[in-house]
Amino acid sequence: MGKTLVEKILSVKSETEAKAGNIIIANVDLVFAHETTGPLAIRQFQAAGFKDVASSLKAVLFIDHGVPSPAWQLSNDHMLLRRFAQETGCLLSDIGDGICHQIVAESLAKPGDLVVGADSHTVTAGGIGAFACGMGSSDIAIVFGVGKTWLRVPESIRIMVSGKFAHGVYAKDLILHLIGQIGADGATYKALEFSGDALNNISIPERLTIANMAVEAGAKVGLFTSDNVTKAYLTALGRSDQYQQIIPDHDAVYEKTININLDDLEPVVAKPHSVDNIAPARELKNIKIQQVLIGTCTNGRLDDLAIAAKILKGKKHHPQTRLLVGPASRGVLLAAIEAGYIQTLIDAGAVILPPGCGPCLGLHQGALGTGEACLSTANRNFKARMGNPEGFIYLSSPATAAATAITGEITDPREVI
Amino acid sequence: MLKGKAFKFGNGISTDDIIPGRFAHLRSNLPELAKHVMADAAPTFITNVKPGDFFVAGSNLGLGSSREHAPLVIKMAGASAILAKSVARIFFRNAINVGLPVLLCDTDGIKDGDELEINLIAGTILDLTTGNQLTFDKIPEIMHRILNEGGLLPYIQKHGDYKL
Ligand code: SF4
Repeated sequence: MGKTLVEKILSVKSETEAKAGNIIIANVDLVFAHETTGPLAIRQFQAAGFKDVASSLKAVLFIDHGVPSPAWQLSNDHMLLRRFAQETGCLLSDIGDGICHQIVAESLAKPGDLVVGADSHTVTAGGIGAFACGMGSSDIAIVFGVGKTWLRVPESIRIMVSGKFAHGVYAKDLILHLIGQIGADGATYKALEFSGDALNNISIPERLTIANMAVEAGAKVGLFTSDNVTKAYLTALGRSDQYQQIIPDHDAVYEKTININLDDLEPVVAKPHSVDNIAPARELKNIKIQQVLIGTCTNGRLDDLAIAAKILKGKKHHPQTRLLVGPASRGVLLAAIEAGYIQTLIDAGAVILPPGCGPCLGLHQGALGTGEACLSTANRNFKARMGNPEGFIYLSSPATAAATAITGEITDPREVI
Repeated sequence: MLKGKAFKFGNGISTDDIIPGRFAHLRSNLPELAKHVMADAAPTFITNVKPGDFFVAGSNLGLGSSREHAPLVIKMAGASAILAKSVARIFFRNAINVGLPVLLCDTDGIKDGDELEINLIAGTILDLTTGNQLTFDKIPEIMHRILNEGGLLPYIQKHGDYKL
């Protein structure tokens, strides 16, 4: 019987014939935490009696969630991470470098890796063919110490993608559509594996957006094949030596297959307060938006800023709508400056935030006022997420967000492009 | 045998409901952080819960962030077990790792305030208020062993590594 992508990767990592349903102990390639989950992980690591980080690992600490620090308590947590990195020799990614998931995809993870991070959106690296999943601080602490973790090999749900994105429709619309279809717990404990001819036209940045939100359907991992698109991406970054092709066997067994024809999709929005509460953008015309956020680990990449800049070029944001833009990493910011996108966005009235999570988790920057609505390109719209339990969060693609920034109410981007 | 009162919540209680992100600066001060458990969703929980009580929810409990602080503050508030129809993956693992039992069962019949008696070994839940008896699902063997040691830290302190 053939293997799914999941079974292929986890067989190598566990040195067993990993089959869906098995419990395995697997060797981890890359482990990370950040300043909101790392301090507890470090304390657990020390309490368990570990001194050194397992030598087989690439281990990284990120300071990206509250940067620059908004509060002394968090500054102390930043200090703790810096000190631990210095003492153990693990890598440190400090303020201004960018969001962990972006940096992991840009420069740290490679196809076939087992990546675990103390953050639920660790799944993002599934876009480049790594088995990547989020865990809590204690699990991560033990990985830092022993270089291994236990996993239940998940059953895979195959998402067969055909067709081509229509004008104004993007990867974000695909994943929002899918979550709307299967629900916020539609893939709990399962893997989502993306397949089909259409993948040839879905770039790595787009795959990262899709994989990033696999967890919003409860999935353990959102996994893409490692193919020519992956190879081209790694080559452009000077990392061609890290490429290996990983495709599922033709007779692999899936729990089920869901077909998505890209031609049938249209711009959609997730309405408050759950990610599976999906509606077409065109049906939400009269909903006024006080804040637009373009950024986060879901849609803060160069392509996203390019789409936003194209729509906002020569225009101004609506006077009642604030526009915040957060590049996902320093690399993205520099490239966006060079391409002129940042100039265009500032001319349109955008506030440029430092690379990092920004307002996404409500820790600092851009907290919503009571009763205010935000259209965000992030991945979560839970109540209280952006700092105020009385705020309303809508999620969309960067194109829908940019169009909305101009009109001040939720707008189907096809009306302005 | 565990005995206590049920605090009943709905479906889709996220980790942002359990401990909102705006309190992230308190995560290195757990006693302070724990005062804000369910701060927006059920602000009276923290004032009314007593040691040994139960946190009872519907489906997809704990979706969202990987913050282990979510089950940790539920435990620190005094809850001795979590009962839910279904639980999000990372939250499930985190709860076991902090030594908080997760009992997957049909919670529809349990009302807020019901007195429950739970036999972890027999796998039964008796609702003393209604007289209803429920059973709960078994968890994977490795999670069971971690829970039996009181959580992941004591498990690793004892074994040094994972054992299948
Ligand atoms: S951008 Fe938002 S979702 Fe992504 S890692 Fe940061 S806080 Fe989490």
